[in-house]
Amino acid sequence: MVEEKSINLTKVDEIINSYEGKKTNLIAILQKVQELYSYLPMEAMTYIGTKMEGLSPATVYGVATFYAQFSLEPKGKYVIKMCDGTACHVRGSMPVYNSVISRFNLKNGKYTTEDGMFSVETVSCLGACGLAPVVVINEQVYPKMTTDAMKVILDDIIKQERE
Amino acid sequence: MATLNIDIEKEQQRVQSELEKQGLRVLVCAGTGCVANGALEVIKKFEEFGVKTGVMSAQDKITIIPTGCHGFCEQGVLVGIPKLKTTYVKVKVEDVEEIVESHIKGGKVVERLLYVDPKTKERIQYDEDINFYKKQTRTALANCGNIDAESLDEALAVHGYEALAKVLIQNDPNAVIDTILKSGLKGRGGAGFPTGLKWKFAAANRGGKSYMICNGDEGDPGAFMDRSVMEGDPHKLLEGMAIAAFAIGADEGYIYVRAEYPLAIKRLRKAIKEAEERNYLGKNIMGSDFSFEIHIKEGAGAFVCGEETALMASIEGERGMPRPKPPFPANKGLFGRPTVINNVETLANVPVIIRKGADWFSSMGTENAKGTKTFALTGEVNNTGLIEVPMGTTLREIIFDIGGGIRNGKKFKAVQIGGPSGGCLTEEHLDVPMDYDNLAKVGAMVGSGGLVVMNEDTCIVEVARFFMNFTQNESCGKCVPCREGTKNLLHILQKIVKGRGTEEDIETLEELSAAIKDGALCALGKTAPNPVLSTLKYFKDEYMAHIRDKKCPAGVCSALKQYTIDETLCKGCTKCARNCPVGAIEGTVKNPHKIDQSKCIKCGACYDACPFKAIKKG
Repeated sequence: MVEEKSINLTKVDEIINSYEGKKTNLIAILQKVQELYSYLPMEAMTYIGTKMEGLSPATVYGVATFYAQFSLEPKGKYVIKMCDGTACHVRGSMPVYNSVISRFNLKNGKYTTEDGMFSVETVSCLGACGLAPVVVINEQVYPKMTTDAMKVILDDIIKQERE
Repeated sequence: MATLNIDIEKEQQRVQSELEKQGLRVLVCAGTGCVANGALEVIKKFEEFGVKTGVMSAQDKITIIPTGCHGFCEQGVLVGIPKLKTTYVKVKVEDVEEIVESHIKGGKVVERLLYVDPKTKERIQYDEDINFYKKQTRTALANCGNIDAESLDEALAVHGYEALAKVLIQNDPNAVIDTILKSGLKGRGGAGFPTGLKWKFAAANRGGKSYMICNGDEGDPGAFMDRSVMEGDPHKLLEGMAIAAFAIGADEGYIYVRAEYPLAIKRLRKAIKEAEERNYLGKNIMGSDFSFEIHIKEGAGAFVCGEETALMASIEGERGMPRPKPPFPANKGLFGRPTVINNVETLANVPVIIRKGADWFSSMGTENAKGTKTFALTGEVNNTGLIEVPMGTTLREIIFDIGGGIRNGKKFKAVQIGGPSGGCLTEEHLDVPMDYDNLAKVGAMVGSGGLVVMNEDTCIVEVARFFMNFTQNESCGKCVPCREGTKNLLHILQKIVKGRGTEEDIETLEELSAAIKDGALCALGKTAPNPVLSTLKYFKDEYMAHIRDKKCPAGVCSALKQYTIDETLCKGCTKCARNCPVGAIEGTVKNPHKIDQSKCIKCGACYDACPFKAIKKG
């Protein structure tokens, strides 16, 4: 369990206000909050649930856990999204994914490295099926991935980080 | 009849003369696929040679147009120069100078950047002559890849908003509904419900507040036609929505887009803003009495939100769980008001039907399925990409003519159609004319139009497990048949691919599938067993091989396969040993290596790494 840092709620307030505090905008508000912190801190969710009319912390938590986009834990500096849509799956996304998982020694439902540098996740389809298998690291899309190419890309990032 | 304050014909003439001033148009595909291949750098490089530096002043001017997805993603970055009847494929930054110097200035085609036909090995200069494009009929996708998706003027040049102007002048919503009914247009998102009928039901509730929603939550893995329309021709979608809203009497609309499509969201926002500023959307559109505003709602990663009632729940800010029908959205939808939800591709067909007429549209297709359908052709096929063909086209034409056959000379095994709700079809179905009814008869569905081609190296049981894993993950948990049923289906399939299946499992799979189909609340659950049922129907042998012989004929299922090194082929390069994540490979340089089966985790890293094909699986 990662230690919860105390967070600045005035920024959360600003986000709520920019959506006029309407509960129909809850998903958009959570998206903005996640953009801010890279995850949804429990404190922020409780605050939103208490502050906004017609909501409770439980409802906010319910919505946050329903959608795959929301993360309740901080993610790594580099988020590696391995597309495992049908086209990518058929063209071998899993060997690439497994190579990353074993490289970082991630197991038993743990998807972020100890040093907080990398998070690894699979996504169902990024709609870039013509380039299968596809990996997205932060915003960068890497087409036609292989285990070899993945190794080179990760080596580069790690080298860059050391410098 | 109503009069408008925008004369669309005059606008078209104005835009045409503007376009002529552009000189030579160089179209660079800037869809998601090509951007991943470096399209933005290519565009930048072209611009260095283009208008800005004046290098072209001796020649005609050139204008670089970043377009939406052209569909031929695998060959990206695509650069088209229509006036020179040339399309370049796989263009890299370093090729730009040669294209400019040799072809645009010197008139000499750069042969090495032309498309090579996989069958004849011929180089083909213009996309119209490439089989991939030649055999298509592009209507919904007509402009994708040919216009600057971020410009309203470019949309106007290709008949954008002409159909909307037409219906506003006619000012007869019922006539619009009649035209769509007569055209035979059916929903392209999967269910295939007649679009005109949906509108008619909602129109019966005209008078109060109602909503028009566009479903852009394209969640089917392996389908990306909606992304291409939103990225490549956003104004056509907005126009289709406005026409639908006019027909049903809605003044507010939503486009629900997956968060996984950031470029589509960006382009739609831009298109809405520009259309509102120039009065093609918003209050009193083109000076008529009709007002319509569109909001964008970003999804947050839940496949079930593609189901219309779940989608509405999500727009309302709740967990995206389906609601029982009836009441149908046409009577009680978003915020309890009458609502029509149409898919992106469906709406993209609307303007052209209004413009060219119902008869034109219904002249394409089959008896019960009119018009064209887009398919995302992916997997083990030579030409992967997005295509559009008349309804009734056969799989053979799509896979072998347009798709150029199976890659690497392998054998066709199956094609998965319709995503997690669809089924797997085999060689015997290659000549079935594809439409809603024919596909339903053979246990598949058009669905959103994903076609994933599989070769002999694909394990069908594993594919069934893959889809069940997907639907199980995405099941919202509201109804028991789907929540518990998919979990058990998945469990059994996992057992089988691990070699622990029994013959009774087959019966249980069938029985459970039937129960889920009957009992689930929404289409996600009702169709979830389809991949299992269709693979059981056509590939029972393969299930039995896993169960009885404990073998995976395709050599995919890791628990049932073994990697060995062929000593006669191994050169002792040590690459396999270096790639093995568990140190299971032993051997010295220049001597044949050996795999320690007790340590091997069957990940296949050695198989992929070996440059001499010395590693055998089976």
